[in-house]
Amino acid sequence: MSNFAAVVFDGVVYSSWLFLMAAGLTLIYGVMRILNIAHGSLYALGAYTAASLGGAWIAAGYAPAGSFAMLALAVLLVGAVMGPLIERGLLKWMYGKDEIVLLLVTYAVFLILEDAIKLVWGVESKLFSEPYALPGNFAIGALVYPVYNLVLIAVAVVTGLALSWALYYTRQGKLLLAVIHDREMSAAMGINVDRVYLATFTLGAMLAGLGGALTAPMIAVSPGIGVEVIVLSFAVVVVGGLGSLGGAALGALMVGLARSVAVRYWPEGELFIIYFVMALVLIARPKGLFSAPEARKI
Amino acid sequence: MTFDRTIASLAVACGVLLVAAPIAPQWLLFLLALALAKGLVVLGLLLLMRTGLVSFGQGLYFGLGAYAAALLAHRGGLADAALMIVAGTACAAAVAAILGLLLARYREIFFAMLSLAFSMILYGLLVKSSALGSTDGFHVQVKHFAGIALAAGVERRVFYAASAIAVFFLGWALHRYLRSHWGRLSEAIRDNELRVEYLGASVYRVVYANYIIAAALAGLGGAFAALAVGHVDPETTYWTTSGEFVFIAILGGTGNVLAPFLSAAIFEALRTVASQYAPNVWQMALGVAMLAIIMFLPGGLWTLVRRRAA
Repeated sequence: MSNFAAVVFDGVVYSSWLFLMAAGLTLIYGVMRILNIAHGSLYALGAYTAASLGGAWIAAGYAPAGSFAMLALAVLLVGAVMGPLIERGLLKWMYGKDEIVLLLVTYAVFLILEDAIKLVWGVESKLFSEPYALPGNFAIGALVYPVYNLVLIAVAVVTGLALSWALYYTRQGKLLLAVIHDREMSAAMGINVDRVYLATFTLGAMLAGLGGALTAPMIAVSPGIGVEVIVLSFAVVVVGGLGSLGGAALGALMVGLARSVAVRYWPEGELFIIYFVMALVLIARPKGLFSAPEARKI
Repeated sequence: MTFDRTIASLAVACGVLLVAAPIAPQWLLFLLALALAKGLVVLGLLLLMRTGLVSFGQGLYFGLGAYAAALLAHRGGLADAALMIVAGTACAAAVAAILGLLLARYREIFFAMLSLAFSMILYGLLVKSSALGSTDGFHVQVKHFAGIALAAGVERRVFYAASAIAVFFLGWALHRYLRSHWGRLSEAIRDNELRVEYLGASVYRVVYANYIIAAALAGLGGAFAALAVGHVDPETTYWTTSGEFVFIAILGGTGNVLAPFLSAAIFEALRTVASQYAPNVWQMALGVAMLAIIMFLPGGLWTLVRRRAA
């Protein structure tokens, strides 16, 4: 029994992590119709920034608890700098092109950022494990887990709830929904679509940074960590239905649980199972679980 | 038959490549062999892109072709290059015939992502299978071509010559295909597939056929690449490999069957130079080049060739 609980817990932890990545991706796609491959690089940037800031904080001899503040600072930095930079500097000039061309544009951004990260931070891996060790451990049955896992779950749940509240119950959120529904009509009604785009992309970049910053204490931050994340979060988002927040949550849970079951009972199938779930869902529902039917244009 | 500049250029280019086979230095031969192998994959991608589909998963068939060919030599004991090439192509085409039934229903991003998912499934399996060398892959030693034993040092030249000949015939065939009834239909599907259906043609069948052709070309490219490198590893099926093919296709453009090979050669040459002098900014240079092409040369480098010719 405790085995099963452990599998579920592992799955939920992994799902929380996946959700943070997928939420930003699906948000950007929902509003801007851009499937952002550079999302993985933003994740990596978040991890590197967190590791650098946190490392500096610890090295300066301040209280270790403050390293959590450094994680938050890293998230804000990545969002506030990279979001506007990519959206204003590049994507703004590309609107109106095919979705697939925009995909290629973000692929180019991904390639550029991958090397930029290597140039700034070097190819050595960075360790920043204080926040991971700090909150201590707890036990499920005979298995001991770091409390940090609970932090991860809490952050994911709060982020999900905050996003859906902001989207459905605030004025700004309703404006965003209007833009998602019909961009041109919203513009005609006086919504500043440019600003909505900028805000969305910045928020999406921040979410990617959040995923990265929270991951940084758990891994050795090294070049190439963003590469795998991209396809994983794509899988999640596509399972849920592109552009749907609830879909991203459900997709993250399905993929996360499937993976943890595989890791426990069929370790060779770890990577296989994730994409297998994705393929199965797409076979049954070609546009993901939560997707509105679309009229075909003649 | 009227004079066709594309075919003539193709014949001249392949003739030059063949002449180079016995005399070119090893490094150049290696570079060209890889360029031809990747060019074949991108040739398939060109066909898909003419149909309005961008596959981010051609690495699946590239890897399948490479592994099928390599396994034939490694496990099957049939270390004959000609057989391996056929096996690689056939294996890729057979898998595509099954997956294509499903994928031919998808368009745009969903097509791109689902094909990517399938390639990642294969990657996941290969990485975890220790029998196939896991992440390291394994070596391929081949000393025969179509039953003829090859002397040491000559085999790479023979494989390269074979790929040049294959490129000529397949380039020619695809050029003809693009001008045939189905080739024209493909472009019509890209423009507006609903109208194509109203006109009475089966979009599904054309997409399905094109998908298989593209996969077979990718499998062939994979087999040639395995022969040229003498090694296969799961990286061939990773999504960044597929991304590289998309990059080469965008770089060259879809204007002509020569474009993929031209662009693959440029790509390989640049990579050789970059890995020598600036390994850390290579991807960045690729990204910048890609943005520049999307912005200023949406038709790829082939636009420049066409402009000069006109």
